[in-house]
Amino acid sequence: MTHADRATWTRRAWLGAAAALGTAACTRGDNRTIRFWAMGREGEVATELLADFEREHPGVRVRIEQLPWTAAHEKLLTAFAGDATPDIAQMGNTWLPEFVALGALEPLDQRVQASPDIDARDYFPGIWDTNRVQGRLFGVPWYVDTRLLFYRRDLLAQAGFAAPPRTWDEWMQMLAAVKRLVGPERYAILLPLNEYDPLVALALQQNEPLLREDGRFGNFRSEGFRRTWRFYLSMYEQRLAPPASSNEIANVWNEFARGYFSFYISGPWQIGEFRRRLPAALQSAWATAPLPGPHGPGASIAGGSSLVLFRRSRRKDAAWQLVQYLSRPAVQQRFHAITGNLPPRRSVWDHAVLAQDVPTLAFRDQLERVVPLPKVPEWERIATELRVIVERVVHGDVPADLALAELDARVDTMLEKRRWLLDRRAGG
Amino acid sequence: MKQRWSVLAVNATLAVIAALTLFPLLWMVSASLMASGEASTFPPPLVPRAPTLANYRELFASAGIGRQVINSLLVSVGATLLSLAFNLTAGYAFAKLRFAGRERLFRTLLGALVIPAQVTMMPLFLMLKQMGLVNSYAGALVPWLASVFGIFLVRQYTLSIPDEIIEAARMDGAGEGRIFIAVVLPLLKPVVVTLSVLTFLGAWNDFMWPLIVLSDRDLQTLPVALAGLSREHVQDTELMMAGAVVTVLPVLLLFLALQRHYMRGLLIGSVKG
Amino acid sequence: MKASRAGWLFVAPAMVAIAVFFVVPVAAALAMSFTDFDIYALADIGNLRIVGLDNYAWLLKTPLFWQALANTFFFVLVGVPLSIAASLAAALLLNSPLARFKAFYRTALFAPVVTTLVAVAVVWRYLLHTRYGLLNHALASIGIDPIDWLGHPQWAMPAIVLLSVWKNFGYNMIILLAGLQAIPKDLYEAASLEGASWWQQLRHVTLPTLAPMLLMVSILTMAAHFQLFAEPYVMTQGGPAQRTVTVLYFMYEEGFKWWSLGSASAVAFVLFLFMFGFTLLQLRVARYKEAM
Repeated sequence: MTHADRATWTRRAWLGAAAALGTAACTRGDNRTIRFWAMGREGEVATELLADFEREHPGVRVRIEQLPWTAAHEKLLTAFAGDATPDIAQMGNTWLPEFVALGALEPLDQRVQASPDIDARDYFPGIWDTNRVQGRLFGVPWYVDTRLLFYRRDLLAQAGFAAPPRTWDEWMQMLAAVKRLVGPERYAILLPLNEYDPLVALALQQNEPLLREDGRFGNFRSEGFRRTWRFYLSMYEQRLAPPASSNEIANVWNEFARGYFSFYISGPWQIGEFRRRLPAALQSAWATAPLPGPHGPGASIAGGSSLVLFRRSRRKDAAWQLVQYLSRPAVQQRFHAITGNLPPRRSVWDHAVLAQDVPTLAFRDQLERVVPLPKVPEWERIATELRVIVERVVHGDVPADLALAELDARVDTMLEKRRWLLDRRAGG
Repeated sequence: MKQRWSVLAVNATLAVIAALTLFPLLWMVSASLMASGEASTFPPPLVPRAPTLANYRELFASAGIGRQVINSLLVSVGATLLSLAFNLTAGYAFAKLRFAGRERLFRTLLGALVIPAQVTMMPLFLMLKQMGLVNSYAGALVPWLASVFGIFLVRQYTLSIPDEIIEAARMDGAGEGRIFIAVVLPLLKPVVVTLSVLTFLGAWNDFMWPLIVLSDRDLQTLPVALAGLSREHVQDTELMMAGAVVTVLPVLLLFLALQRHYMRGLLIGSVKG
Repeated sequence: MKASRAGWLFVAPAMVAIAVFFVVPVAAALAMSFTDFDIYALADIGNLRIVGLDNYAWLLKTPLFWQALANTFFFVLVGVPLSIAASLAAALLLNSPLARFKAFYRTALFAPVVTTLVAVAVVWRYLLHTRYGLLNHALASIGIDPIDWLGHPQWAMPAIVLLSVWKNFGYNMIILLAGLQAIPKDLYEAASLEGASWWQQLRHVTLPTLAPMLLMVSILTMAAHFQLFAEPYVMTQGGPAQRTVTVLYFMYEEGFKWWSLGSASAVAFVLFLFMFGFTLLQLRVARYKEAM
């Protein structure tokens, strides 16, 4: 290698390094591209809805990034911490208090008031309320979500029951009967150990709240929660539910089709999934029903996703156009048709298709009895702790009666900073 | 005969171990060529019934993995160039240029090897956020700027260059920079290749830091994108295997081509003086 | 002196990079571990409190931390011997004069080392599947019931050990092979002249000579195993029942899932203390080796 070659090589190396560092600048995208983060199925579908939006607003392009639900919360927090938040995002409404506490979200009251597309009175009040934190509005509901029963009508009939359960006692009877029918190799209900929604939904049916004193302390040793706890665990103890996480069930729909379980607590998107993935022969064999409660039809989670704008975004006006577009009744109708997600606007519900779709009617009914989750920033962490405790009890690591004391202790520790902040604010 | 039995035993054992070792990689390729859902049938198949490139097509078309291939290439090449630029000069200086405090500084650096890199990740993230480098290629490249191991490697190799050559050049009146570029670097070619191979492979396979610093799908490297895909498409075995092949194949080929240099780096690195 | 100035000039870029991007963050991490830096502080630095050793005390009281330590130690104490044993066996085989196609075998056995961990973790996740995985299929053919590798709390970490041994045994194999090749041939000749069998040669010539290198390799492997992260992240997300949460995984979740950077930094420093311990051990052994 000659001297000249070496010099060229060194020069190229430095240029290469400079180029690598220089590309740092070229990562934000051009000024008319809106970055939109959406999760799961909604992310896949949003792309279809956008063609019309881009036609209506020439020069504005939307770049969608799909996040899996399992990583979405983490990614949003990381984006906030790293100053890399998108312009608009779908956000589970239980996460709003957290991101408001961080100062990450843009208040939307004035924009909503000025908007012709968004009429606050058209939305389910309970759902609209989940977007209000400390008196201000931080999100526009995109779709509403709750949990209820999906079940195998045919297997239930074979077990001797013509109608779905309305109380916990009836439910237990039906589960036991189905279990006798299907035998020891199969189960009656799937309660995945890596999901906390079913347990939380049943817990919300009690009178006592999940956290007490304005979210300062855990309330898991209350009488109400204990009743739900015992009821829920008994399903594993009596081998009505497999002690498995959803990862271990290879394919939930295949297993439902082959009768591995007959009851499943899930949300509106499953309607579309069941229609797509279950064989045609089974389409008349499944149905939905509202959640049974301790003494009659029970409450469920006031869930759903909202569209939020980020305070640090530089394209808020363009992003707001997208929020308005996605809130139009016609677009919501299309969104529902593709995903099965339920619209938060009552006017859309009156539309013919929704009014007649039988599985959806159970959701309409359940939405009358939805209860919001505690609006504390630590909620995601508390729910994870709850899920972990269930898993440990089912696997026999912790006795069920001690578990609640441990849960309360852990939750109290998590809420310590919140207590300090609240006291500081009150004390002055 | 005992001799023939021994030969058979040794070679058969080696063959079995090699087969078991290579099997997961071969299955990875085989499954990537299977039709969607074929791998999740019972009994599980070993070879595809009708090999198809459909998974690769879907990977590049819908999942857009071509972008992440480019990202991995850019980050790995960038890391290699930066690493060479910073570590060659420093390693040479520690070996051949006498300056005050040289030995003490080097020993302190070796001491720093004790500290696992993960300790730095959180403050480094916050620091890069202040600099506006989060979610950028530069952010992903920062840990590769200088590595104590790289400096150590170059130093070890450079020590073997006879001092006389350098002295002779000095007496001829050449400046230190010229000596380094014209005299020393050509002799360092083997360690340059070794360091390049080690750095490229390390950067390509790096997971935790790119996971933290690159949040935009469009900037992610292959390992991060693959981990994300695996959570979304947990049911699509064949698609995931195609993604795994795309991630693993380049480094395997690079390794096969430059084995000797890689092994040399490994051996120098582990036999610490 | 020109040479001396050149020396400083040559090391300056690397030293500056290390100082800014390594030393400063380490110091910052130590400082953060004495605060309760969390998402509230991220939003408004006024919400930060100096808490002294509270984070460390919290760690000692947190069951998940002890679980993470237990999981990590299991991985180290089971995985390292298995890995070294496999490496040694492979090195012995490759070193044997009776082996043919050595270059091929050496490459084949080393190949997993250079593969991307995330990719092979994804592959192994499917190989370990309870119903459709080939491992259970192979076990079934010799009459063993299918094991729920990644779903059962008892089997998840052993599954990760298996993956780890497969992936890494080639690395130490190369190092031990170099060590074996450095053993003087006349030692073996002397032993076989005295009528020693293959097994006796192994016990009395090979292993004693190789012992210091084996020890060194073991300590380095232990230190590396202690930093287990990618496999739990990709394959099990710390489950089932938190049995694959390792110290580093725990740190990642504290720091980047919940953004409790104060307590995550405390975990990072605990990790550092363990690494420091391993290094001291290594230096002690090295000094012992040189004294021999």
